[in-house]
Amino acid sequence: MTTPLPGWTDELTRARLHFVTGKGGTGKTTLTAALGLALAGQGRRVLLIEVEGRQGLAQLFDTEPLPYAEQRLASAPGGGEVRALHIDVEAALLEYFEMFYNLGFAGRTLRRMGAIEFATTLAPGLRDVLLTGKIKECVRRTESDGRHTYDAVVVDAPPTGRVVKFLDVTKALTDLAKTGPIRSQAEGVVRLLHSGETAVHLATLLEEMPVRETVEAVAELDGADLRPGAVLVNRVRPPRLPARSVNSAADGRVDAPRVRAGLAAAGLELSDATLDALVEETVEQAIRLAAEQRARDQLAEADLPTLELPDLTDGVDVAALYDLAETLIDQGVR
Amino acid sequence: MSPRTIDLDELIDDPTTRVIVCCGSGGVGKTTTAAALALRAAERGRQTVVLTIDPARRLAQALGLRELGNHPRQVQVAGFEPKGELWAMMLDMRRTFDDMVRTHAGPERSEQLLANPFYQTISTSFSGTQEYMAMEKLGQLAATDEWDLIVVDTPPSRSALDFLDAPTRLSSALDGRMIRLLTGPAKAGGWGLRKVVSTGFSIFAKAVSTIIGGQLLTDASAFMQAFDSMFGGFRERARKTAELLRSEGTAFLVVAAPEPDALREASFFVERLSAESMPLSGLVANRTHPVLADLSATAALSAAETVESTAPLATAVLRLHADRVALAERENRLLARFTRAHPEVPIVGVPALPSDVHDLAGLREIGERLAGHSPAENRP
Repeated sequence: MTTPLPGWTDELTRARLHFVTGKGGTGKTTLTAALGLALAGQGRRVLLIEVEGRQGLAQLFDTEPLPYAEQRLASAPGGGEVRALHIDVEAALLEYFEMFYNLGFAGRTLRRMGAIEFATTLAPGLRDVLLTGKIKECVRRTESDGRHTYDAVVVDAPPTGRVVKFLDVTKALTDLAKTGPIRSQAEGVVRLLHSGETAVHLATLLEEMPVRETVEAVAELDGADLRPGAVLVNRVRPPRLPARSVNSAADGRVDAPRVRAGLAAAGLELSDATLDALVEETVEQAIRLAAEQRARDQLAEADLPTLELPDLTDGVDVAALYDLAETLIDQGVR
Repeated sequence: MSPRTIDLDELIDDPTTRVIVCCGSGGVGKTTTAAALALRAAERGRQTVVLTIDPARRLAQALGLRELGNHPRQVQVAGFEPKGELWAMMLDMRRTFDDMVRTHAGPERSEQLLANPFYQTISTSFSGTQEYMAMEKLGQLAATDEWDLIVVDTPPSRSALDFLDAPTRLSSALDGRMIRLLTGPAKAGGWGLRKVVSTGFSIFAKAVSTIIGGQLLTDASAFMQAFDSMFGGFRERARKTAELLRSEGTAFLVVAAPEPDALREASFFVERLSAESMPLSGLVANRTHPVLADLSATAALSAAETVESTAPLATAVLRLHADRVALAERENRLLARFTRAHPEVPIVGVPALPSDVHDLAGLREIGERLAGHSPAENRP
């Protein structure tokens, strides 16, 4: 339990495009925001991207729903800036069409009719090609002085079950035409996503199912020649119990007389019922800790840089995001 | 403000309760809740079937479901002798869709439909298909009258509302009008907007076919033509299932973890159910952490400080108790906020088990907790 965690690596520091995936409920959106804030240190500019239409970033930062435009969301310590973009697939598709065909005002009408949703339904790969295409454009964009507009781009990606399908644009392309404007554009996306500039981070909790999905996703990413980045273990609670007592306590063996004596020494005279209840709480905690240890062992198999973030009893607000970012910086994120 | 509590035993014992739908956002324990309720109902004498969507491996094993069968199987485990019966099944989306096509199209046309590449896409990849097929399967189970109680789990979507909207989305994707426009806008006639957007549209159609490929459009068009004739039946069934969901015998339970995101989804869902006049029984606040020992966090922490160096075990016990008080307070605060927004919705808090459920005994324990027989109450 006390083995030092392998933190952020130099390789990860070189990445400019970060995806954060994870099982539903592991806090992907929160970690996307915290990672963005951490990367925006030292006066850098970071773009957070949301692709699933949930407006989770706006809720997290307590702002109005994000439009389909890059807008300032927060400032980072040291003069950095975090912007956010909520990609609307329909708008992105129309944007593409406008690049090659003049649709005029018909575009809006088509949208109202649901024609665009229909087109993306016909070819599910089209949706992912559009989203990743827009992401690539943000990563590659430069200012007039030749520097990249964004030092880093962090994407709140689809959950582990769908992320490889989402990122495997090559495969999506087989659904699509052999030629055409989107195809040639997509080939550039494939190069970016498979390069050292991209890292796919995995958010997890120390629970059986999220850890299993994490390990499976790592294998799947490897199989598709995509780069797993770091494992972000979210909501880690303080263990409280010394490691050596966990297993016996999890089996229900808590030395009640010793607890009673210790409490008495602290001036607490408790009823038997209260003492029993304290012991029961301790046993439950020990069972959780034993399960967490199994989860850690399983995560170690993935052999990836691992960063931990604490559970926040009072929930996540904007101030807490800065604390989480600080924790990430302490573990090497830069 | 103290919310009403739900008496789930009363609900599952009531012979007029025919369908219980467990819904909520992903990762809140819907499937386990559905299975635990079904087990409890069977042990209390109901002929029960539980329709699960995507159960965790161990839960599926606990129910004896080793593979997707797409038909209910009776749960038979040594030592399990319920007063009623417990059947369980896992939804096989593709087979449910195939069966539906076979039922509604003739044998010849159904082979043609099933072989169409576009059908392969829509039956496996379209985001509304799983939700639609879950409802279709529910309709089938209800129609057989073999069970007097059906407990349904809903698909694991990000948003709890998806399963109410998906059937409509699927219907409109398949309703044929759009494909006729894309493949031959000039022939689509009788449609007012046509002239106005006709130029833009033909460019759009050209762009779409450039991008997604002409072959796919041709396949889709062939599929739509064959599908057209069974479309009436398709819509009719969706309407019937919606009717079943609105009927007296149906009860919705919204499952949520005591977390802000899950409770926000639960709120949307409660509002939506009420707008659609669907019968909501209450909120299951799943995996709460009630305080067991009657001792304040302040007292525990100051005592811990006193004996920190002399009694490490007592110190650990006191500190983890204080953590637990803080967690319970946060959960109660979140649930109280939900109740202020929805005072009419009864709540039952289900204390978390310390480990994952992997057998019927674990499900039975959750059933006990659902019925309110918990180690401690956890209500705001």
